Amino acid sequence: MEDLTYTHTAPRPAGGTRPMAIIGVVASGNLEVLAERVLPDAECRVEIRTAAEGFGDVWNAVIADFVERHSPGGIKFSINDGGARPDTVALRLAQAVRLLEVTP
Amino acid sequence: MSAASAEQDRSASWYEASARTRVRLLLDAGSFREFIGPQMREVSPHLKVFNLPEQFDDGIVVGRGALDGAPVFVAAQEGRFMGGAFGEVHGAKLTGLLRAARDLKSVPVLILFDTGGVRLQEANAGELAIAEIMRAVIEARLAGVKVVGLIGGRAGCYGGGGLIAGCCSALAVSEQGRIAVSGPEVIETNRGVEEFDSKDRALVWRTMGGKHRRLLGAAEAFADDSVTSFRAAALGLLVTASGFDLQTLNAEQARLEERLQKFGTCQDAIDIWRAAGISDAESVPALPADPFIALADKVWRVRHDAR
Repeated sequence: MEDLTYTHTAPRPAGGTRPMAIIGVVASGNLEVLAERVLPDAECRVEIRTAAEGFGDVWNAVIADFVERHSPGGIKFSINDGGARPDTVALRLAQAVRLLEVTP
Repeated sequence: MSAASAEQDRSASWYEASARTRVRLLLDAGSFREFIGPQMREVSPHLKVFNLPEQFDDGIVVGRGALDGAPVFVAAQEGRFMGGAFGEVHGAKLTGLLRAARDLKSVPVLILFDTGGVRLQEANAGELAIAEIMRAVIEARLAGVKVVGLIGGRAGCYGGGGLIAGCCSALAVSEQGRIAVSGPEVIETNRGVEEFDSKDRALVWRTMGGKHRRLLGAAEAFADDSVTSFRAAALGLLVTASGFDLQTLNAEQARLEERLQKFGTCQDAIDIWRAAGISDAESVPALPADPFIALADKVWRVRHDAR
């Protein structure tokens, strides 16, 4: 297992008001993303525990692209990864941000 | 979410849905409140020893909600995380829910099984959890609580999950929802391919699949593979499920003795269906849900006495 953490500044806070959202399942080629609105508005952090070691550069690129596209300010993302491909990771992160916007 | 869109979502496949989706769509829209949710991070204390990834809810969602306006407790296993297997935390969450139901006496429990049985990486804790859950189911039923199992997930309901299901007040199963203790590969490994060929999928489905379980009387209701159908089955079983006393156990014992007497020499599920009076037994596996439900209700119409 490998632990990775990426911290970014975000130009805008994430949309919606939901305090928490979760999406995905920890299975082969899949991952779960827990999104919590617990950080200052301009901050975004992604904490990853992954079964696939040695892919830090790919994670770094996927997270940077995600933050640039969605600006999820104020959100801490916690990821349990079962070896998902980068496109699946990007999809789950986008789904998590969307879920935070849905009215409960 | 409007009532109309909730109804629309309920056409979703039970088999394909995640545990969280099943709970959200099964219950009245917006009514679910989770206990020990993922943000509490009550993860398995064992998996990290094996260098395996954890899941924040340890593969089971538990909480309370409403079903057609009435309060229910609900537990849903996630069959895609480690095959929905019971570990220490996973089991403790279900035990706690059942004990709460036992103490309150008035709120029924729905268990959405989707499990291969005990998690091998925490086998001792998992086996203990199975025993604790079985006791908790019986204690809840003794206190007057109905415990209804819904089975239609990709992992089926195997191992200790099959034992717990056997303790429930009533079960609803879909064609995809297999119920057994030993799985096909386990039987083949231990008893040889002549005993059970796990690669013969038709054999697996007609031996462990939902249709056979319904026709044998092991499941009280058959559901089509949709949330709508499981919701209707759950609502029905919460009304019809029997209580739990000596009379129930005696009736169950008599039913099982009669079953052994009638079907004990049968070599295959099809022989059993024929012996149960189904003339066109070979057509059962291909029968759509509605005609199958009508057929099963005819075969088992009078059997509301046991379990």
